[in-house]
Amino acid sequence: MKKLGVSLLSLGVAAGVGLGSFVTTGSAQAAWEPKKPIEFVIMAGKGGGADKLARFIQSLIEKNKLSPKPFIPVNKGGGSGAEALTYLKSKSGDPHVVMATLNSLYTTPLRQPGLGVDIATFTPITRMAEDTFQLWVNSETSIKTVDDYVAAVKKAGPAAWKMGGTGKGAEDSLVTAMLEKKFGIKMTYIPYKGGGTVAKELVGNQINSTVNNPSEQVGFWDAGRSRPLASFTPKGKITGKFGAIPTFAELGYGDDMVYYMQRSVIAPSDIDDEVRDFYVGVFEKVYKSDEWQNYMKSKGLIPGWLTGKALTDYFVEEQAKHKELLMATGDIK
Amino acid sequence: MDILNLLMGGFAITFEPLNLGLVIFGCTVGLFIGAMPGLGSVNGVAILLPMTFLVPPTSAVIFLAAIYYGAMYGGAISSIMLGIPGASTAVATTFDGRPMALKGQADKALIAAAVASFVGGSISVVLFTGFAPLLAEVALKFGPPEQFALMLMAFATFIGLGGDDIPKTFFSIMIGLALSAVGLDIISGEPRLIFFDLPGFFHGINFLVLAIGIYGIGEMLWTVEVSKGNVEMSKATVTIARTLAALKDIAKTWKTMLMGSVLGYFVGILPAAGATPGALMAYGIAKSTAKDPDSFGKGNVAGVVAPESANNAASTGSMLPMLTLGIPGSPTTAILLGGMVIWGLEPGPLLFVQHEEFVWGLIASLYAANFFALIINIAFIPAFIMVLKMPFTILAPIIFCLCVVGGYVPTQDMHDVWLMLIFGIVGYLMRKLDYPLAPAVLAIVLGPIAEPTMRQSLIGSHGDITIFFTRPISGAIMVVAILLLLMPLIKIYKNRNKANGGPEKTV
Repeated sequence: MKKLGVSLLSLGVAAGVGLGSFVTTGSAQAAWEPKKPIEFVIMAGKGGGADKLARFIQSLIEKNKLSPKPFIPVNKGGGSGAEALTYLKSKSGDPHVVMATLNSLYTTPLRQPGLGVDIATFTPITRMAEDTFQLWVNSETSIKTVDDYVAAVKKAGPAAWKMGGTGKGAEDSLVTAMLEKKFGIKMTYIPYKGGGTVAKELVGNQINSTVNNPSEQVGFWDAGRSRPLASFTPKGKITGKFGAIPTFAELGYGDDMVYYMQRSVIAPSDIDDEVRDFYVGVFEKVYKSDEWQNYMKSKGLIPGWLTGKALTDYFVEEQAKHKELLMATGDIK
Repeated sequence: MDILNLLMGGFAITFEPLNLGLVIFGCTVGLFIGAMPGLGSVNGVAILLPMTFLVPPTSAVIFLAAIYYGAMYGGAISSIMLGIPGASTAVATTFDGRPMALKGQADKALIAAAVASFVGGSISVVLFTGFAPLLAEVALKFGPPEQFALMLMAFATFIGLGGDDIPKTFFSIMIGLALSAVGLDIISGEPRLIFFDLPGFFHGINFLVLAIGIYGIGEMLWTVEVSKGNVEMSKATVTIARTLAALKDIAKTWKTMLMGSVLGYFVGILPAAGATPGALMAYGIAKSTAKDPDSFGKGNVAGVVAPESANNAASTGSMLPMLTLGIPGSPTTAILLGGMVIWGLEPGPLLFVQHEEFVWGLIASLYAANFFALIINIAFIPAFIMVLKMPFTILAPIIFCLCVVGGYVPTQDMHDVWLMLIFGIVGYLMRKLDYPLAPAVLAIVLGPIAEPTMRQSLIGSHGDITIFFTRPISGAIMVVAILLLLMPLIKIYKNRNKANGGPEKTV
């Protein structure tokens, strides 16, 4: 532990020296630099998966001194991100605001058209990764495969089988709807406030299954309290220990059982290209750091560096996909 | 024996010069952060988190835990002295702490808060040491029905909180519940009660906004009107004789302290509950079981002791689900949890096995932090009393500024400042009309826990309400809750019988 501390310290010092040279070359090229602390808006409340990830990114910026001014995290999780989206809309042209997003970036403007938010107007900065979903059961059950699972759900019946997840219309409920459609099963869906609580409820036998992200279940999986049955990813995308979990495609259920949680950073509309380039530069350094690479590996994230036009296209495509999903579940008409 | 050895190992880590220095520094910083209205342990821990990259993870968590502890002590200070809850966890402390200060007993209230915090912290840390893994399993047994039953029990103690005017208490609870429903409803996934389409309502009504409005602004208006500027707070002085006399009185409340500590600890363990509901429930129980419930809210020292012992105990308790389940029991532990991820530690059942040094270093540091927070707090009491000696004409504007800052900080949204000012005026008017305000504050804290857990339970049982009674833990709590709800009725019935029966006997 001590050694780690010392190495962290030396890393910090090294990064500090690096920063010095970075700043001088930066000013020589007259690149844009922040004049005051940057508001790092988080589109979710404190303590959830998105919040933890954003604070991790912020800590890497801070620790490795990647920005001349600090990033200050501000949680605006209200209304499934509606609060954050209206806020970002109002900040048009402001160079000192960026926002960490999740999939409510697509779903909330669709579900609440009254907000008047068009995500295509925001400035895309970068996609840091795509988070993945697995189907989980309590390890005390005899369910070992997806077939066992489907049989158990059918036997229990829709009233008795409880699937826990985050709020209605949010990611977990969409993944659950995919499962139900694929296997012709019905479950009672119980919404909880956050993925962490959902994970705990599974281990406490309050619910029968979940579609948690890896980071939410990894502690329980390591302790042998929960069991993953399959990943909602294409084959071979995840590295690290979560890569050992079979995907639905590998198990022969087709290629359509795929769902990701995007982890991207965006900025308000109408900011200068130099400003955008500054942020892309900061996040690129985060992305390339060993800490981030290791984090993605241990938490089952799919590396997903994407920026510029490609990222805009990705957002548009994903929003169209979510529109279909939400129409299928009846959440929007 | 095994545990003792591990604990000794933990102490060896805590007493390394760097770590001990961090404990003392953290407690001092925490004390002042906690004392600033609106700035609570959440902000302190979040702001100082990046500083911890310079030290090893064990030292880092020791530092943050010391801030957390210090802030729990500090929260009471502005609750007592200024009548503004210094942190959400210290709201219940204003109920009696403020009246004590107004009576010129600020020193006694501050000492009571410090001592109760110490007792609560110590008892809970002993419970933590002995039964951590076991209690984590108990926390797992608490599903939605159990949590709802617990919240119902807390509501039942409200009825005792509002004095004798049950209809007015009920009205106050309903206002609090209605306000707590503002924001996103996770069950339907839809926003609710977004008044005038103001985006500020999307994040719901932060309970500190209500509490600071009612207790900060409302109280100040009330004090100005009642006292015309002549407040007796400055009568408080710190002398050894007064301190000893105060300690004697405080010692008499040992039962309340014990109740607050144990209750706070268990409520703290439950994920999602945290220290604020724990402190409020402890206050409610202290009042409803007291021989002189009428003296509560008017400066009863037990009314300071109960919430302060409970909130410190709960803050230790909420570390348990964080470490063993990876679920934050309070907003502050949510930030600590984020810190653990950054330090490369995976919370979960295996943490106790894989990172023994970290866990036991943390536990031992809680003992040390508790001790130092007490000493530092007592040492600063004379300085705090000095502040009260300022003329009210100077103090009142300062309180007002602190309220505005406190309303702004949690969400950093001006919307909340305006809302707080409105609540201040409404609170003042309600007080003039003799409505009890504490139940509204309690309802806005507990509503967001009670409502979803009730609906989750009923979704699971497909609308069958027997789910609350057929599960053993939930059933037992429900029975107690219902008895508590009926208690005022029984009291009324008894009193009436006495009134009717008295003369008959003499005949």
